[in-house]
Amino acid sequence: MPDPILTLSNITKRFGSLVANDDISLRLHAGEVLALLGENGAGKSTLVSILFGHYVADAGRIEVFGKPLRTGDPKAALAAGIGMVHQHSTLADNLSVLDNVMMGSESLWRPFTRKRAARTTLAGVAQRFGLVVDPDGRVGNLSVGERQRVEILKALYRGARILILDEPTAVLTPQESEALFEVLAQMVAKGLSIIFISHKLAEVLRVSHRIAVLRGGRLVAEAGASQTTEGQLAQWMVGHAVAMPHRRPAQSVGDPVCVIREASTAIAREQLVNVSLTLNAGEIVAIAGVSGNGQVALAECLSGTRVAVSGSVELLGHAMSTQPARLVELGVARIPEDRHGVGIIGDLPVWENAVSERLRSKAFSHWSWVRRAKSRAYAQRVTAVFDVRGAGLAAPASALSGGNMQKLILGRALLHPDSQASKTVTPRLIVAHQPTWGLDIGAVAYVQQQLIAARDAGAAVLLISDDLDEVLMLGDRVAVMHAGRLSPARKTQDWSREAIGLAMAGGTETGAGDSSRETQTAGP
Amino acid sequence: MRLERREVASGAALILAPIGAVGFTLLVSSLLVLWAGAAVGETYGLLLRGGFGSVFAVSETLTRAIPLMLTGLAATVAFKARLYNIGAEGQLYAGALAAIAVGGLHGGTGFDLPPPVLFVLMMLGAAVAGALLLLGPALMKLKLGVDEVVTTLLLNFIVLLAVSLMLDGPMKDPTAMGWPQSVALVGDLELSKLIPQTRVHTGLLWAVSLAAGLWALLKYTVPGFDIRAAGANARAAAFAGVPVTRTVVIVALLSGALAGLAGAIEVAGRTGYVTLDMSPGYGYAGIVIAMLAALHPLGVIAASVFVAGVLVGADSMSRVIGVPTYIADVIVAASLISVLVATMLTQYRIRFG
Repeated sequence: MPDPILTLSNITKRFGSLVANDDISLRLHAGEVLALLGENGAGKSTLVSILFGHYVADAGRIEVFGKPLRTGDPKAALAAGIGMVHQHSTLADNLSVLDNVMMGSESLWRPFTRKRAARTTLAGVAQRFGLVVDPDGRVGNLSVGERQRVEILKALYRGARILILDEPTAVLTPQESEALFEVLAQMVAKGLSIIFISHKLAEVLRVSHRIAVLRGGRLVAEAGASQTTEGQLAQWMVGHAVAMPHRRPAQSVGDPVCVIREASTAIAREQLVNVSLTLNAGEIVAIAGVSGNGQVALAECLSGTRVAVSGSVELLGHAMSTQPARLVELGVARIPEDRHGVGIIGDLPVWENAVSERLRSKAFSHWSWVRRAKSRAYAQRVTAVFDVRGAGLAAPASALSGGNMQKLILGRALLHPDSQASKTVTPRLIVAHQPTWGLDIGAVAYVQQQLIAARDAGAAVLLISDDLDEVLMLGDRVAVMHAGRLSPARKTQDWSREAIGLAMAGGTETGAGDSSRETQTAGP
Repeated sequence: MRLERREVASGAALILAPIGAVGFTLLVSSLLVLWAGAAVGETYGLLLRGGFGSVFAVSETLTRAIPLMLTGLAATVAFKARLYNIGAEGQLYAGALAAIAVGGLHGGTGFDLPPPVLFVLMMLGAAVAGALLLLGPALMKLKLGVDEVVTTLLLNFIVLLAVSLMLDGPMKDPTAMGWPQSVALVGDLELSKLIPQTRVHTGLLWAVSLAAGLWALLKYTVPGFDIRAAGANARAAAFAGVPVTRTVVIVALLSGALAGLAGAIEVAGRTGYVTLDMSPGYGYAGIVIAMLAALHPLGVIAASVFVAGVLVGADSMSRVIGVPTYIADVIVAASLISVLVATMLTQYRIRFG
């Protein structure tokens, strides 16, 4: 085997008592895709942040093309040929593609920019790697997939020979992901090397040559992609075998719980346009789609935090209340997408967060005085039943990890204060928006099992997810959201992956040609 | 150099932070005292004796602490809900004017109410005046997104000019030999003295009770939860069913009312009438006190006594040796900065490189 072009030796990084990276050594060869696989908090981001100069390692050395890399300086990393594509776009929306690509690579002291030369260089790079983008298009008008292509182009324009991609497929449709994988294959064929960060097992096996698995800050395994399996990788990631829930279709579908007819919301970045949907008791309806296509509006319409300006939204035969506290009383369990920003009030203690939704009910307050003992007892039950760990009841909720926060939100939504061991009170409607996003595999399985159990107990479940595997695994019926519109909900077995991917991009099976033209001429 | 968040607040830091804060404050002030050519030990000794060294000193400090406590509470409740009320100074004056309007102007009009009723009306009038003054900026913030820091700050100057107008016009005291001074409060309405032969008055009991009341409200009630939740994370609060808009309006009324009461209690307890220099910046000092108290209502009691003690002590000290009273402002400011930095260091650590 030839010499590695990038060598990480014994990298260790501590944050206080937490060891984010523990003695990690890795090599990357020319023309290789190395996947960094691991759960949230395993140390993937810390490792590449050290590599890219955002952090300084407490110990260890980095060598690029045989020379030691100056630490703590992103400019040194760029000069050494390391390029980074972040998970979320770092481009300026109001500038053209060309301006964005040039930004940062020109001297501040030069009176004129060298646009013409840059244009030629960019065209050359684009041609070489098959990355077609209009250099004069405004970035604000580009789709997410196109933006990512611009980010890659920007790194290549600066002469990157090692490209780091942080969870690149998180925001892409299946088709866009495929297109990305083809681009990566071309780049590797031309001798570039790629570090591909992901927690999705299937795609890691699909794109990479070698896979390094991180767990708890340690490098626990390294294997060739052809020599391992999804099950093996999952076991390395978690540290023990994981039983994922299996698809189990609904047994008995009951009466409609929630009926949405031709609902539209006020014009905004996220809006609904003539959406119709019926949610029945004992059934999971899953909404697929790239996030940002109106899913937030749909979830908020059913959570009491947004109103439809036309059409109707009915819960149990009555117009949907716009008071969250009232909805909770009626049996709506709400799991918001943004657990830090919406689900939890991080500065307030865990026990207050556990009762926040029901504080106005008789169970937890009397004449506006909070029943603290009852509230704490309920919080104690939620944390015990849903296994919320990491912080006491009196600690601020921000001390919880993402997974434990989600368990707290799930617990307070699903565990009715009147529930006893003998008699459980099940919610009528569960609105779960990205309930497993960013959770580790064990927590994902737990959350999914809870949703299935609630459905089997008779709850109507709306699952909004941009993880297509989750949609297909949990959904009894599936609808696809694009640009605020919702496709008809059809039985899961009546959808193919391709059809869902097409609908996610705004096409229909009959109008596939139209849709591809539409995306290309999206900009004015 | 960068800051990294600590996973757990460090025990050593929790103990060292207040000690370090006090040390830093003393160090900064000592340098200025040395610069003024005075002995450091003697200066601090005189300052301490002047603020707390005798019954008279303590009574003066407590007298000064009363308006500070109330404006400190006004800032505390507003800041808890992230309503940045910088207008307590104006609300204090509005309350003082309202107190005189109810309790001073009616003399000889035949409109006579028994003093206890009038007293309640006077306090109510002052609270309403302060509350209404903050209601406007709060509504503009909620409905139009206008920054309340700007509106409340600028309202202070408008109110001060309005006070000037009243003192030279409708409320002018005809017996004051041309001084811009309002008519005096009816004697029956003045607050009685807490300690005979001193200036400290029963307003102190009002202020301490209001602090305790606010503490109980925030800690034990649903509206208190609403205030803390709306301030900590408005979106999450709305999701959980907190009426965020209504809560901010209530907070504005409460905060303005507390500042307005500061004005009325100052008039009824100390001055007896309104002048343009009635408050040497009590409204602004309330912000400092709220921050020193880490927005804790009971902490406000301690913080206002501390600040008042430093101010009163510096006054008395500067009469003996040649250190200007402004050293008090330096001590208060340095202590605020060092407390804020110290609090931050209990949650973050500094890393070099």
